[in-house]
Amino acid sequence: AAVLESLLREEVPVAAAVRWIARSTPSSEDSSEVAALSALRPLRKEFVPFLLNFLREQSSRVLPQGPSTPAKTPVASAALPARQGAPARGGRGARSQLFPAAEPLSAAAEAPLARRAGRRRGPGPGPSRERGGRGSGAAEEGASGESPPWAGGRKPKGSGSPGSPRLSLSDPPNLSNLEEFPPVGTVPPGSAGRTKPSRRINPTPVSEERSLSKPKTCFTSPPISCVPSSQPSTLDTSPWGLGLPPGCRSLQEEREMLRKARTKQLQQSPTPASPIPESGSPVPSRTGNLTAEPADPARVSSRQRLELVALIYSSCIAENLVPNLFLELFFVLQLLTARRMVATKDSDLESSQGALDSLDTPLFRSIHDCVFFAVQVLEHQFQVLSYLDKGTLKLLAENERLLCFSPALQGRLRAAYEGSVAKVSLVIPPSAQAVSFQPETDNRANFSSDRAFHTFKKQRDVFYEVLREWEDHHEEPSWDFEKGLGSRIRAMMGQLSAACSHSHFVRLFQKQLLQMCQSPGGAGGSVLGEAPDVLNMLGADKLGRLRQLQERLIAPQSSGGPCPPPTFPGCQGFFRDFIMSASSFHFNQHLMDSLSLKIRELNGLRLPQHEPGDEDGESDMDWQGERRQFAVVLLSLRLLAKFLGFVAFLPYRGHEPPPTRELQDSILALRSQVPPVLDIRALLQQGLWARRAVLTVPWLVEFLSFADHIVPLLDYYRSVFTLLLRLHRSLVLSKENEGEMCFLNKLLLLAVLGWLFQIPTVPEDLFFLEDGQVDAFEVTTTASEHGLDSVPVVDQQLLYTCCPYIGELRKLLASWVSGSSGRSGGFVRKITPTTTSSLGALPLQTSQGLQAQLAEAFFHNQPPSLRRTVEFVAERIGSNCVKHIKATLVADLVHQAESLLQEQLVARGQEGGDPAQLLESLCSQLCPHGAQALTQGREFCQRKSPTAVRALLPEETPAAVLSSAENIAVGLATEKACSWLSANITALIRREVKAAVSRMLRAQGPEPTARVERRGCSRACEHHAPLPSHLISEIKFHHCSLQDVLSLAAGPRDPEEGVSPEHLEQLLNQMGQSLRCRQFLCPTAEQHLAKCSVELASLLVADQIPILGPPTQHRLERGHARRLLHMLLSLWKDDFQGPVPLQLLLSPRNVGLLADTRPREWDLLLFLLRELVEKDLMGHLEIEACLGRLNEAQWPGDFSEELSTLFRLFLAEPHLLEPQLRACELMQPNRGTVLAQS
Amino acid sequence: MILTKAQYEEIAQCLVSVPPTRQSLRKLKQRFPSQSQATLLSIFSQEYQKHIKRTHAKHHTPEAIESYYQRYLNGVGKNGAAPVLLELANEVDYAPSLMARIILERFLQGHEQTPPSKSVINSMLRDPSQIPDGVLANQVYQCIVNDCCYGPLVDCIKHAIGYEHEVLLRDLLLKKNLSFLDEDQLRAKGYDKTPDFILQVPVAVEGHIIHWIESKASFGDECSHHAYLHGQFWSYWNRFGPGLVIYWYGFIQELDCNRERGILLKASFPTDIVTLCHSTA
Repeated sequence: AAVLESLLREEVPVAAAVRWIARSTPSSEDSSEVAALSALRPLRKEFVPFLLNFLREQSSRVLPQGPSTPAKTPVASAALPARQGAPARGGRGARSQLFPAAEPLSAAAEAPLARRAGRRRGPGPGPSRERGGRGSGAAEEGASGESPPWAGGRKPKGSGSPGSPRLSLSDPPNLSNLEEFPPVGTVPPGSAGRTKPSRRINPTPVSEERSLSKPKTCFTSPPISCVPSSQPSTLDTSPWGLGLPPGCRSLQEEREMLRKARTKQLQQSPTPASPIPESGSPVPSRTGNLTAEPADPARVSSRQRLELVALIYSSCIAENLVPNLFLELFFVLQLLTARRMVATKDSDLESSQGALDSLDTPLFRSIHDCVFFAVQVLEHQFQVLSYLDKGTLKLLAENERLLCFSPALQGRLRAAYEGSVAKVSLVIPPSAQAVSFQPETDNRANFSSDRAFHTFKKQRDVFYEVLREWEDHHEEPSWDFEKGLGSRIRAMMGQLSAACSHSHFVRLFQKQLLQMCQSPGGAGGSVLGEAPDVLNMLGADKLGRLRQLQERLIAPQSSGGPCPPPTFPGCQGFFRDFIMSASSFHFNQHLMDSLSLKIRELNGLRLPQHEPGDEDGESDMDWQGERRQFAVVLLSLRLLAKFLGFVAFLPYRGHEPPPTRELQDSILALRSQVPPVLDIRALLQQGLWARRAVLTVPWLVEFLSFADHIVPLLDYYRSVFTLLLRLHRSLVLSKENEGEMCFLNKLLLLAVLGWLFQIPTVPEDLFFLEDGQVDAFEVTTTASEHGLDSVPVVDQQLLYTCCPYIGELRKLLASWVSGSSGRSGGFVRKITPTTTSSLGALPLQTSQGLQAQLAEAFFHNQPPSLRRTVEFVAERIGSNCVKHIKATLVADLVHQAESLLQEQLVARGQEGGDPAQLLESLCSQLCPHGAQALTQGREFCQRKSPTAVRALLPEETPAAVLSSAENIAVGLATEKACSWLSANITALIRREVKAAVSRMLRAQGPEPTARVERRGCSRACEHHAPLPSHLISEIKFHHCSLQDVLSLAAGPRDPEEGVSPEHLEQLLNQMGQSLRCRQFLCPTAEQHLAKCSVELASLLVADQIPILGPPTQHRLERGHARRLLHMLLSLWKDDFQGPVPLQLLLSPRNVGLLADTRPREWDLLLFLLRELVEKDLMGHLEIEACLGRLNEAQWPGDFSEELSTLFRLFLAEPHLLEPQLRACELMQPNRGTVLAQS
Repeated sequence: MILTKAQYEEIAQCLVSVPPTRQSLRKLKQRFPSQSQATLLSIFSQEYQKHIKRTHAKHHTPEAIESYYQRYLNGVGKNGAAPVLLELANEVDYAPSLMARIILERFLQGHEQTPPSKSVINSMLRDPSQIPDGVLANQVYQCIVNDCCYGPLVDCIKHAIGYEHEVLLRDLLLKKNLSFLDEDQLRAKGYDKTPDFILQVPVAVEGHIIHWIESKASFGDECSHHAYLHGQFWSYWNRFGPGLVIYWYGFIQELDCNRERGILLKASFPTDIVTLCHSTA
């Protein structure tokens, strides 16, 4: 408290405070400001609960209606759809009675705010006592002498305030006044309304009590049957009552209220009928009357203060310092959607003017403040919000207050909404299917006697008869399970004599349980025993339901607030009631054995089953199946664990913790002897170690949610809770490191853990108590790198199925819409098309649906292995099919793309085009071919699946079964492949083409202008051509490589060295092959080859190639040379795709080679030049330019002359090439002179 | 052949205290020309059986037996060729075959010291020529052939009809290329409850999944259907999932109310059978 105050006074920087809250290591905080904080270190763990209490308290005035509108009191509660069931009322009523009236404060209106009526400081007998109690607690807690200023109200800091005088002031009259006040009573104004009951337990007294080594049992509670009014007497007779410090006593009362409210809730909610009708019915008529006070950002008071508190609050949420993330979000949304505020009396405002910065000033002085604060917090929590389902995002984004206060946040939300695919829909649960009879496990051979066999036969029939009867009647309010079926169930159980029959029946029971409740629809469809949820009805086929839907939207359903106690929704209720009615210890024991076994089996299941895909393409497809499978396993585990928890703790289940400490100790001593039914601690540790918490923790939570009051006190379970708490703290959502848990995985764990921490039997102080120890916790993640935790296995659908209470956020927002803008019809308008479209699509769905049903039915009576086999085959073949398409069709298309690109590049000439545009045009040409993928994929699946199925199924499988299995496998594989292909083929082609195009464009080398036509190798090419690198340097075929030739020619060389003309020819042939097969040809190699070939040509022209052979003949024969030149010309013309630096032929260096030869041979050069022109390899003008440049160089006199002659000759007869060539040849014998003469 | 409950009750009303003879049946046929003979017979038989069950006890009191026997003796004493026993049965509103059994039992008790065993009597009823008394044999025979609801003859006919329809169904299944396991195969595999046919690959009829088919060569009235549901159909469902019952002689429309739950009623072999699609569309 002191901290908050100093924060508000801006004495301490916020950042430091946040650090201070999150860590308890003072060593890191050595700056001077923080030193002030570390002095307060003992208070650290009290900070968060205090902050939460403070906020709840501050906001209490937002929701109740002001005195001017007393008639509307119920309205406010309608606006907030949290439970307003009987238990909450009870608690409220008792509390309200204790406060003498002055300022009317509607208890009912407050109810929604408090998650639990009992959480508020209940039976405090009066304002002064209230403060007194708290003050004393705080004083003792602040051993350092720092007493929270709030505790003393107006008292100065530092003086511990003993509460006793105050207590004695007010206690007796108030207690006796209990019955005198009307249930919906009034509260005194206190001093400036500051004495509103807190909604949170301040844990301070608990720790204090701990230090006195008094176990928590001192918070005794009366038996559940006690009416609230009997409470004080219980208190007085309590052996602890007088021994406790006064603060503790008031706390004790509070606890009692809490317990009572909780246990009542707990008792009531599992019986499906009782609390539900209350929630919806009265609301719609009233919402219409309700006008929300408009909130105006300009009228926010003390912005800075609110911002600051919002920041601290958000930091606490972000660091998981609050027990339940979604509860806080719910609270914030309540603030956001608050209708109106209790009119604060002017005098209040004035009195607090002086001390603006202290905690005495109300934080929320107007609706504007509330909304501003809420929006601030929401801004900080955007990340979490963005992972909520689409419906919630939409409602948030459409909230006009939010738009008004933070357009930026609204924009982000809208973007998140538009980007979200997380449509959470609940499937209508399929009607029950029986567990099939499997001869392998069910025939006579599995029973000890004929009698047992026939008994079980009858039992099976009775079991289903009972189930059918339950299905027919359980929704009738007058029907009672025990009355209707109890005796029949017991009679049936009585027949089970042999142990083996028990195990048979348990197997049947468990299988049926899984079959009926495991599907997400089975459990989620009727959340908490309600009629189908709003979303269920969206898919409904009757337009008539639209009306119903509309009504429901206006009157949002409530399913027990954001923290409902554990229940058995839907058909789970049957199994719960069956266990209860059977009340057979044999059965329970067998059931526990069987459930434990199954839990272990599923928990240990290898998930994910496949290695993370190497290619992102179809691995994406695998993940969808993976995620589905994970969901099935997780939901099954949760269901089994829930029932295991239920049965295991059933014998210990009482309404109340034991009344005295001695009793509790003896119970503890006894219970600690009992080994846990399932070693959950080991499983949890394993799960954490193997990074599978996302699988293990949710079912563990289900199991623990049925623990009785003693369980958390047992060492074994306490250590489990400690582990869970540590995990909770470590799941900081904003941290998204490499290898960390995925966001939604974390969110799921936070949601279930948060829910667990709010379960009545889990001591509320547990969360804050352990706080101090948590910091040391580090998740040891050494074991497996590919743990499930880092795999995105959780999606919104699963999150909402596991935690339906998150949907409360949406309902809260929806209720706001219905109150403010519902009548404008925006909602209904938007829904109508959905309904009609689903109507239109219905016939199609049914014929497909029928086939799916048939396939499902087919597996039903076959051994389970058949199904596994078929699914496995379909899964693998489907996946392979995609790979196949990628390797064939897509690869071909990429080739086509390459050649198309070349054509386009050629057509556009040197300047090319915009690569993006090129890609677009290519894709538009090629993507339509993607349609073939479906045909080809189908064909692939049809070809491959039957063989695989046939190979995997036992040989005695009947032909009809086999062929059906094959066909289903084909169908499933095709569906899998085709659905992926049809959704992704275009993108896949695009991606591959894009990669190819960019590869090609890059391959054009450093000069982007030098884009010349390029082709792939011909289709028939088998890529056996010599490697370009070998050609250039390493090829040792006949000891002849280009480099060899060139180096030989360039010398120095040994006299015996040389190449044979045949080798030269071979070399050029290889070069041709190599150029035609583009497989291994990189652009630089091609450039290099081009250059080398030009050099070779120059050598040939200059007759500089040392020829092996008889010593007389060192020169290459003319004919040979000419042939080689022809080969080179054709290589240049046809095979090179990159530019060939032909101008090098006329470079001074290469021409200079000629100068060294005697006699000089010009005819080859002339021939070459003319051929170049002829073949369009070089332009006439280009050659002229080169020759012109040659003239400028320094040459020996005669050489210059000859060069000029050549020049003239070349220019002279450009059109008479052939004759001239011949002439050259004819002139061959005495070429030097001929040239000179001409 | 599928009757509404009202239609059915109209027929049943006509059958109150009508003797189970050809003549009655003919009249019934004239009264309800639109109904098939087999359906009417089946309904007749069932109604009559209900009636007999109700009155069974009163015909089996020792006094009643004695009085019937005396009347029989008197009757045949006057005229052995007259249909004494048949007329007696019709007069006291009891099934002729059953009346024959009562008299036969009484007769044998009178002639032999030990009470006759059931199997002896059954055997004699099946083959009246075994009856030591020629007159009684004739009288018994007359009763049996004139009784269209009870007696070994009727039992035999019923059994034959049941079997025929099973064969018919089997042929239809084979023709439709639906593979199945029949009762005998199922028993051999150790199934505890066995419908007539289990389809190895389920089909859909009128949008409902069918795992098994039970053939009933009778009319499905309330009484028999409920008995079948309890003893057979639900048990099948409990083991094999939803299935189809064919009441070849029709049934009361209102009884077909468990379709959604997995018991589908038909009066003939279904025409619109959807099989698991073998071609992947």
